[in-house]
Order: sequence, then C-alpha cells, then structure tokens
Amino acid sequence: MSDNFDIPKALSGTGGWLDDRFHGARGFRVLMRKVFPDHWSFLLGEIALWSFVILLLTGTFLSLFFVPSMTEVTYHGSYVKLDGIRMSEAYQSTLNISFDVRGGLLMRQIHHWAADLFMAALIIHMLRVFFTGAYRKPREVNWLIGIGLFTLGLLEGLFGYSLPDDQLSGAGLRIFEGVLQGVPIVGTYLAFFLFGGPYPGDIVIPRLYILHVLLIPGLILALITAHLFIMVHQKHTQMPAKGNTEKNVTGQPFYPYFLAKGGAWFFFIFAALALLATFAQINPIWLYGPYSPVQISSASQPDFYMGILEGSLRVMPAWEWNFLGHTLSLSVLIPALLPFGLILTGAAFWPFFEQWATGDKSWHNINDRPRNAPIRTGIGMATVVFYGVLWAEGANDVLADFLQVPLYTITWIARVLVFVGPVLAFVITRRICLGLQRKDAETLLHGYETGIIRQLPNGEFIEVHKPVNEEGRAVLEAKKVPALMPPPGSEDANGVPAPTSRGVLGKARAAANRAFAETVVIEADGHGNGHGGDGHGPEIVVGEEEEAVGAPGSPAQLPSGDEDA
Amino acid sequence: MSDMEETEGHPSPAVPHRVIGTPPPSPRLLGSTAVADGGDGDGAGEVAEAEGAEHIVGLPPDDPRVIAHAKRVERIVAACFTFAFIAGCGFIAAYVGLGVHSVDKTLRSNLALGTSLSLALVALGLGALLWVRHLMPNVEMVEERHELRSDTKDRQAFEEYFKEGAANSQFVKRPLVRRTLMLGTLPLLAIPVVLLRDLGPEPGTSLRHTVWSPGRRLLVYGTNQPITPAEFSAPGQSLTIVPEGFTDNPDALAKATVTLIKFRPGELNVPTTTDGDTLIGTMNWTVDNIVAYSRICTHVGCPVGLYEQTTHHLLCPCHQSTFDASTGATVIFGPAPRPLPQLPMTVDAQGYLVAKSDFTQPVGPSFWERG
Repeated sequence: MSDNFDIPKALSGTGGWLDDRFHGARGFRVLMRKVFPDHWSFLLGEIALWSFVILLLTGTFLSLFFVPSMTEVTYHGSYVKLDGIRMSEAYQSTLNISFDVRGGLLMRQIHHWAADLFMAALIIHMLRVFFTGAYRKPREVNWLIGIGLFTLGLLEGLFGYSLPDDQLSGAGLRIFEGVLQGVPIVGTYLAFFLFGGPYPGDIVIPRLYILHVLLIPGLILALITAHLFIMVHQKHTQMPAKGNTEKNVTGQPFYPYFLAKGGAWFFFIFAALALLATFAQINPIWLYGPYSPVQISSASQPDFYMGILEGSLRVMPAWEWNFLGHTLSLSVLIPALLPFGLILTGAAFWPFFEQWATGDKSWHNINDRPRNAPIRTGIGMATVVFYGVLWAEGANDVLADFLQVPLYTITWIARVLVFVGPVLAFVITRRICLGLQRKDAETLLHGYETGIIRQLPNGEFIEVHKPVNEEGRAVLEAKKVPALMPPPGSEDANGVPAPTSRGVLGKARAAANRAFAETVVIEADGHGNGHGGDGHGPEIVVGEEEEAVGAPGSPAQLPSGDEDA
Repeated sequence: MSDMEETEGHPSPAVPHRVIGTPPPSPRLLGSTAVADGGDGDGAGEVAEAEGAEHIVGLPPDDPRVIAHAKRVERIVAACFTFAFIAGCGFIAAYVGLGVHSVDKTLRSNLALGTSLSLALVALGLGALLWVRHLMPNVEMVEERHELRSDTKDRQAFEEYFKEGAANSQFVKRPLVRRTLMLGTLPLLAIPVVLLRDLGPEPGTSLRHTVWSPGRRLLVYGTNQPITPAEFSAPGQSLTIVPEGFTDNPDALAKATVTLIKFRPGELNVPTTTDGDTLIGTMNWTVDNIVAYSRICTHVGCPVGLYEQTTHHLLCPCHQSTFDASTGATVIFGPAPRPLPQLPMTVDAQGYLVAKSDFTQPVGPSFWERG
C-alpha cells in the first residue's frame, strides 16, 4: 500500500495558480476538514437539496422543448387519440415532450417526482429540526429561511403543475382564481391582473412560466445558499452521545468522507427518482386532455403538498358575510389563509416563544431527544394531526369511495377531528413523553432488566439488573430541563422584579414556564421496581462491577463468585 | 442462561443489548482513527495541528485479514463502477436505437432509458458507498466550536468605527439632506408596484355579466347543435350547454356554461326567489320541466359536473358542494355559499331553447364587490 504519492503537476500547478490569486489554501483546508456528524436524520435536508439539483437539471431540459403559450392550435401529433383536438400550445408541447422527444417522458416524470420528493423531504426535515429543537439559538435564522423555502416551494410546485394546461391543472388554476377573487377589497383586481382580464384569458401560462423557471427558483437557490453558508458557519448540531458536548462537533471530515458519502447519496436519490419515473407513471396529461373550463373530472386531486389547502376548502361550512354592498367570502378566505397561516406563522414564532417561556438564552448545539421536551413534542404532534386531518380531507371523495362511507360523514368526521385531534394528540404525546422520561430515569437509576431471576442466600428472589454502559448513559444524561423562573412577585438580589411579575403577560409567561419546566425526577432511594418484597427491596446490579458499585441506585451488590444462579 | 454467560465479562460489543439513541458506528475491520482537530482557525492563532492524537481501535492495516478484505471490496467497487459504465452506455444505445412518436414506442424507450439510467446511478452510488465505508480508514474528528458572539473589544471597535463614519458622513448632523434623500427614494420604491398596473384591465362590472342575452340559443356542448324541448324529453337526463356564438371562447365559457336538466312532471319546483327587487329564480324560467342552472360552482368556480338522477343532486367534484336541482339548486352540503344561478329560459319561434335574458345575478365564486 503506497499511501505516499506526489500530487500530479497539473493539479498542484492549477492549485498554485489559483492560490496565487485567491489566497485559498488555508480557507479551503478548513473547509475540507469541516466535520459532519453522522445521523440518519441529518440526511433528510440533503434529500431536499439533491432533489432541487435534479429539478434544476431536468427543468432546464424541459424548458428547451416547452412552449409557454396559450395560443390555440389543432393537434396532429403522435398521440393519435387527441388528433384534431384544439388545445393550447403549452399542452401540445407537453404532449410533444412526452411522445416525440427521446427521453422527454423520462425527464418530465423525474421532474414531477423530484418536485414531490423535494416538498416531502422539506416537510420531514422541518419536522426533524422541530422535534429535536435544532432551531434553537443560534440557528433561528436558518429555521426562518427554511420556512421561507417551504412557502416558495409550495408556490413553485403550484405554478409548475399549472403549466401543461391539461384538464387537471386547469381545474387547479380555476380554484386558485376563485380563491383570489375571495380576497377582500383587492381580490377581483388581483385575479384580473394575474390573468390579464377575465379567467382564463390567454396570458397566465407565460406569466406563471417565468415565475416558475426564473424568479422563484432564483429565490430558492439564494435561500438554499444562505441556508448552507449559515450551517457551515455555525457548524452542525449533533445528537447526544458519549464525547459530544455543546462546545465540540464530532464526525467525519468533508474531504474525502462526506464528499464520497454525499456523492453516493446524490446518486441514490437520483436513482430512486429515475426508478419512479420509469415504473410509476405520474401526471399522465395525455389522459386528462386539454383544459376546457366546461369540463371537470371527478376525484380531482392536487399534488400532495397542496392537499391541506384542498382539504381545508372541503371541510369548511358555507359561511359568507354580506354587508354594505360587499361580500366577505369566509368559506374561501378561512381555508385559504388559516391552516397554513397558523402552521407557518406558528413555526416562525415558536423559537422565540420557547425562549420567552423558558428564559433560556444559551446556545444549543446538542439536539434534544423529543421525549425530553414534552410541550414542544406535543405541540409538534398536534400540528402534525391538524395537518394530517385536513390533508386526508383533501381526498375525502377518494376515502369515501375506498372505505364505503358516505362522503358527508367523512367531511363531518374531519370537521370534528380538526379541532379534537390536535388536542388529543397534544395530551397523549405529552403523557407518552413523560412516560418515556420516567423510563429513562429508571434505566439510569437501576439499569436494564435482564429477565434473569436469582435467589439470594436469604431465599428472596430478585431480578438481575444490568447497568447502563457509558454510551447509553451519555444519551440518557443529556436531558436538560428548562429552569423554573422565580415566582411572580419575587425580586432578585438587585431588587429587580421577576419577569413573571408583570401583568397578564407575566402570568402567561409564568404558566408557560411551568409547563416547559415539567419533568420526571426519580429519587435515588425512593421508588423500587416493585420486584422486591416491599417494593423497596435491594436492587441488584451485575456486569461491570467496578462501575456499578459507585452507581446510584445499587444499594445491594451480588456477591462475586455467585454467577450461576 | 446462555444469554447471561455471553453478556458477562465481554464489555463490548456484546454488552449493550439495547442501544439508546444513535448506535455508535460499528467497529470496522480497518480500525478507527480518532483525530482531534484544533478548530477552524478563524481565531487569531494558527490552525492547531493536533493530529498526533490518533489511536487505532481495530486491526492494524497490515493485518492479512484487513488486506484480504480490502482487496475483495476493491474488486466489488470496481465492478460497480464498471457496471455503471456499461449501464450508461446502455442509456446512450437506447437513446440512439429506440425511437418514439407513438405511445408504445415511447413507453418502450422510457423503460429502456429509465432502467439503464437508474442502474448506472445505483451502481455509482453503491460503489462510492462501499468505497467510503470499507476502503477509507474510519477517521473520526472532533472539532471545537468557537463562541459565535464577537468579543466585546471587537464589538466596541465596530461600534466606534460605525459612529465615526456616521459622523463623517454628516448623516445625523444634517437632517435636511437625510430627509430629502428619503423623500427622493420613495417614488422609486413605489415604481415597481405602479408598473404592475397594466397587467390587466380593471374588473369593472364584468363579473356580473355573461354572454347570455335574450334569444341566444342553448347549444349542446360537443355537437354545438341547438335543442328543442321535444328532443330533450327523457326525465332524469342532463346536458352541458354552451351559448351560441361563443362555443370556442374559453373566457365566455368559463362563466356562461349551463347545465340543463329534465324532470318528471311534478318533480321540479323552483320557488320564486328574489334578491331585493331582482328575481333570481322562478318556475316561469323553466320550459316543459326543463331547468337551466349555471354550471360554475358558487364556491371557487369549478364546473359542477356530477348529476345524480334519483336524488336530483348536483355535486361539484372539486369540494363536494351539493345542490338540490329540483328546488332551485339550493345548497344542501359543502362550502358553496349560494344556490347555482338559474338561467331564464324560453323557446324561440323555431321551437329551440333560448335564453330569456342573462343571469340575473353574478355566476361563480363570491367577490368583494358582489354584495
């Protein structure tokens, strides 16, 4: 094995040439040595990143053939079933991409699948960041950028979906127009300005096209760049583990390890999308036909990321308010604004709310385990359920058909669940978190149950426990509980009243603080495991004896030489 | 009990039966090297060279077992990359060899291109992954984090320089310059918005009207033929209707499309309804138990495309607003706030169904000016 070799002249020469001009050797060395912690959940954001790269590649290819025009033409192409049908140039060129450009169908389907994967990965990545508290100081700005990326991704997807001008995408655009009209005061103007006059007009597709291929991807690219720069600058968070502290970051360096792993991950994601595009048909616009405002197909579904908006529209009762010659279309406005507004605004404010409630201004580089933050995890699960109910309601007709339940029953169930579900989810999740904390505390104290029963010399039967090893202990002990603020009315040493003392807001803060500070503590000499005679029986720990002797919660020690019970 | 024997006295790797959190990377044949990094060097000091602190956990790299393993992996990785080359060539061959221009050929081409591309990508990914996991030594680095907050001295220096600059610029001292500057830029900021004005015409009253006018014939969508009540005589039937003269005009159709429904005698009962002084629904606008409703949903404008004969329900497939066609298309479920407007209808001299007038209320979704 010859590990020593000379860097080829071509490479070192070029490197030297560049360094003469840019002074990069030191900076790049630092970058090459950047440490990437290892955890499967850190790959989720990368899925979104690589999907975006694939979207750019396939999208550029598609734009070479797509004609963003609503000019009417009569089709005489390869798809004979639509021969002689009048359609827009946009639809015709999409048919041509599918049937007359080699690889066109593959690229179209990869593009569509990649868009779905991009949004799915964004959502799951955001959930991971939320549930592990990775958005906490100093990473609040990157969290906000992520929310911006998600919002832009929604618009980008909606506009791209509308471009082929097929029956399904036209229905989506029609709904978009109806919602725009519902905006108070300026709604009709918004709709007329976007569509260049009455719906559908002949200009909306060129306009959506330029937004879809230039403006929004440009913004997304800029935000992704900022997101990554901030991540590199602030360094990754890491999971609680042995040796991981708030002041270090442990993992493998970028070059060559992460470079190779990241490259492999890119290839795998691209391969998965290519496989989907090969074997799983998506958006077969030739089956839907060209758009006509007269027609509609049943069971029209948007792409999954718009499902929550669709479901919100479906679940809403027919509320409308007419006053002073004006109409406030609540049955459109509320579903269009409220669910996403609640979730995204709530997500944007959450890090600051949490800081306010916990009074915790320190930086956090070690992620929380979700169970150790029951309020956060509960709120997260409530949001997931809220989102999930509305999302499922977006397919209420398909569900009704599949489950053979009346359509209106499904909608009524959703109407109830959208309120009850999140509350239940919060309560149950919080209980589960506290239960898991209790289990962790017991594990720390007593070690694992081994299932081995032994008889003591005095005749008593006990179960043998095995202490937690160092790795496990590091994870379990990483739990951090927000400090309880001084009670309302108290003063600190300088006579400054506690922040919880000021009025209604102070009371709310005190209540929030108490909720966040709730935790499970097990006293070392309090609770037995119930296996001893009186519930406080001797706890037996075997295994690494030296360590176990000093460990708390091991009042009794199995005499050595008594290994075989 | 054998479980017990195994666990005792062997601290690793058999001891942790249950792993909490992320399991540590499994020990590798090639051994682990821990490297302590001095940091990223953005402080004043040199990049610390602390790489001496390596320790190898696994077998030494010159152990014959390690060498044999590496040789085997090397061959597998090379096979992966070679396979990727072949699959990539296969993609090019499929591109050159397989034509498109028909559904069958396209699907065949898609299958060949997609499969070869997927295989090439999988092979490249697999090769890279095996390479990094089995050939590269398992180096783990610990990097120190530096406080992100600048130290107080730097902050103060920044603040002082900022103040100095502000003083030199006279920005604070000369409010006249400052305020006129802001004044001067205001219109420029507004210009991008102003420029958007010509994106479209003002809506005016166009949302209140459709192209229906007295005497305009109802044409059957698809055939574009007029229809007489006698031709449309089977009860329970429904038809999509477009206005004569606008059959190819999407802007007109988006508002003026109509659903025509034939009822058995006695089943249709449109109550006379008014909105203020305006009549918006009446039996007088029906002909021979045939009624015409706007096809555009009053929720967000989807075509109300489904009609159920037995219940006389019109259902919008987008958001399931349901209207009772027998009683003036009143809303019985869903988010639509208003009944579907009824088109006043009569027959002309030739006996064809024609509009008596335009709709007497706006069709389609609500809007602010609707009232």
